[in-house]
Amino acid sequence: MSQEPSYLEHTSSLQRRGILSWLLTTDHKRIALMYMWALMFWFTAAVFLGLTMRTELMKAGETLFGAETYNALFTLHGVIMVFLFIIPGIPAIFGNFFIPIQIGAKDVFFPRLNLLTWYLYILGGILAIVSLFVKGLPDTGWTFYVPFSIKTEREISLALIAVFILGMSSMLTGLNFITTIHRLRRREMGWFQIPLFTWSVYASSWVQLLATPIIAMTLLIVVFERFFGAGLFDPSRGGDPLLYQHLFWMYSHPAVYIMILPGMGIISEIFPVFSRKSIFGYKAIVAASMAIAVVGSLVWAHHMFVSGMSDTAILVFSLLTYLVAIPSAVKVFSWVSTMYRGSVQMSPPLLFGLCFVYLFSIGGLTGLVLGSAGTNVHVHDTQFVVAHFHFVMFGGAGFAFFGGLHYWWPKMFGRMYSFKRAYAGIFMLTAGFMLHYMPMFVLGMQGMPRRYYDYLPVYEPGNFLAGIGAYIMAAGIMVIFINLIISLKKGEQAPANPWGGVTLEWQIQSPPTVHNFTADPEIGEYPYDFTRLNKNREKEK
Amino acid sequence: MGTAAVSDSQGSRFGMWLFLYSEIMLFGALFILYAAYFLKYQSGFAAGGSELDLTLGTANTLILLTSSFAVASSLAAVQKGSMKLSGAFLLSAIVLGMVFLGIKYFEWSHKISAGIYPGSAAFKAADPAGHGRIIFYNLYFTMTGIHAVHVTIGLIVLMITFAFTASGRISRDNHALLENAGLYWHLVDILWIFIFPMLYLIA
Repeated sequence: MSQEPSYLEHTSSLQRRGILSWLLTTDHKRIALMYMWALMFWFTAAVFLGLTMRTELMKAGETLFGAETYNALFTLHGVIMVFLFIIPGIPAIFGNFFIPIQIGAKDVFFPRLNLLTWYLYILGGILAIVSLFVKGLPDTGWTFYVPFSIKTEREISLALIAVFILGMSSMLTGLNFITTIHRLRRREMGWFQIPLFTWSVYASSWVQLLATPIIAMTLLIVVFERFFGAGLFDPSRGGDPLLYQHLFWMYSHPAVYIMILPGMGIISEIFPVFSRKSIFGYKAIVAASMAIAVVGSLVWAHHMFVSGMSDTAILVFSLLTYLVAIPSAVKVFSWVSTMYRGSVQMSPPLLFGLCFVYLFSIGGLTGLVLGSAGTNVHVHDTQFVVAHFHFVMFGGAGFAFFGGLHYWWPKMFGRMYSFKRAYAGIFMLTAGFMLHYMPMFVLGMQGMPRRYYDYLPVYEPGNFLAGIGAYIMAAGIMVIFINLIISLKKGEQAPANPWGGVTLEWQIQSPPTVHNFTADPEIGEYPYDFTRLNKNREKEK
Repeated sequence: MGTAAVSDSQGSRFGMWLFLYSEIMLFGALFILYAAYFLKYQSGFAAGGSELDLTLGTANTLILLTSSFAVASSLAAVQKGSMKLSGAFLLSAIVLGMVFLGIKYFEWSHKISAGIYPGSAAFKAADPAGHGRIIFYNLYFTMTGIHAVHVTIGLIVLMITFAFTASGRISRDNHALLENAGLYWHLVDILWIFIFPMLYLIA
């Protein structure tokens, strides 16, 4: 196949050159890359913040810094990781890049709106950082619970407005994707011919669209409280601080599914390709995605079992929480069954996928410990919770993100990376991950609370081990990044279809041309039909 | 076969509807607060509601409804090709929207001069036992305030649309913008239809 100029060399219609051809682009692929570099910056920053925290915790007593700095570090780590990395992460980079391609379109439906979301994202990031240093280091934690967030002298209003803007960016991205998937899909592609990655981003886009406004309004009210003393959450004026928690989690729990659903989509792409076998239970996975989106929006109050709620409410929310485990388990079993009797070919993306399934299962099962009202009371606000959500967020969404990065890297940049270094990186990352978070489960069961810079000497061995794990993990992340960056300069040219995938992005050249398709793509009856691959090979012979 | 054209007006209307859903959720958060507090402070809400000026509230409801009707008529006029009539309808919708904001301003300043506003110390002192009235007025100012912001945004959108009808960028064959602006204006109207009884008719 002769190589046409790719989107990296050739600018879209406006014919701008240099940096402006990026900053003013409406090409979904270039916007995806701009998101990628910005997200990588925030991710690296937050990893270092986390590493500093774990270093402080390695030894009992005040070693590097005291409580104030520690509060600032976990707040920054949380805000950056949640609002600037995981929530936008997979949709903004891979969703932007691959949804239009997977459905056979030239671009998203609202290309200019797409660019606007990037600027909102950058603006939100800058405001967040500025706000955090205007009046001393932040200390509220990423949850901004009232009454502390109203009473604290630190600059919270600006931070809340930053989160508002970031929310708007992610909501508009969701709106754009839903419209794109509805309106720009090839006419011959029916709903059950859509690849699973697109499906799962579609499901999470609905959650983004409908849940984000709730937190936007909630945070605005906190800003009003700070400026005008409105008192809607202030008991001395009749308000109820618990309502803040309800409204906050009404968004922030669904946000967990905004983070994990697109990751599940990536895993659903990786497993069939490297097993050379059609995905097990395509429709079940689609239904599970939608079920997670719906039921996941109704479980928020399980974050508040010890905040004060009626027993009936606790029972209902606990039950609903258990229900979410069902569609999640359907997906896990489908991925594993896909490998059964497949022709499994090991590769870095698949290794990420396998680690994902393992870590996500641990995260999911420990989630049930927390979702059950009785055990929740015992481990609430302990290191157990920290370990649980890192297993889901990092072991789940994070590993899926890296898996996607390795799966699509050859397509995005047209370069292959070194498998050896990638394997080494994944091994270090996973081993470090286990060593880092496993002790936290034990510490939590022993009763070590979260968000403290110091602890009783009895917790020292666990924290020391976790600290070692953190360093191994950070080293693994560095190996992975360095490997990918080296590939940009020195990697071999990637062929159009290095893995033998059958979704549309593998039918076009790597990296893609500006308008993605040079010829009309072939759309199969079924998106994971690998017999087509064999037919194509025979044709070439 | 191929992808649909990017300038497809059905698609942009679809996007607009999605945006309207998100707007409803935005106000939904306020409605949840309202419901929770109403359950707790029924008598306080009744007391607060009876102090609002029902005449002005009703007048504003009628004004906003008429204005919504004018936008709908403006769209109908464009579809029939009479741009002048469409422009006139749009202009009257804009004027009515401004009157709405004027009356709102009058109501607000009246309350504020009486010492009723969020964070007012006098207001808090006047109501030491039950906090229901305070919460009611806090909700009143938050809800009508955020609604007024939406009215303002809607007015700006309508003005841009009016400029486009005047310059001919909106025409019989190309009126997606007017349609979407109209949808937004109707949303502002519908929200008010809910807010009005919640605040003014609760007594």
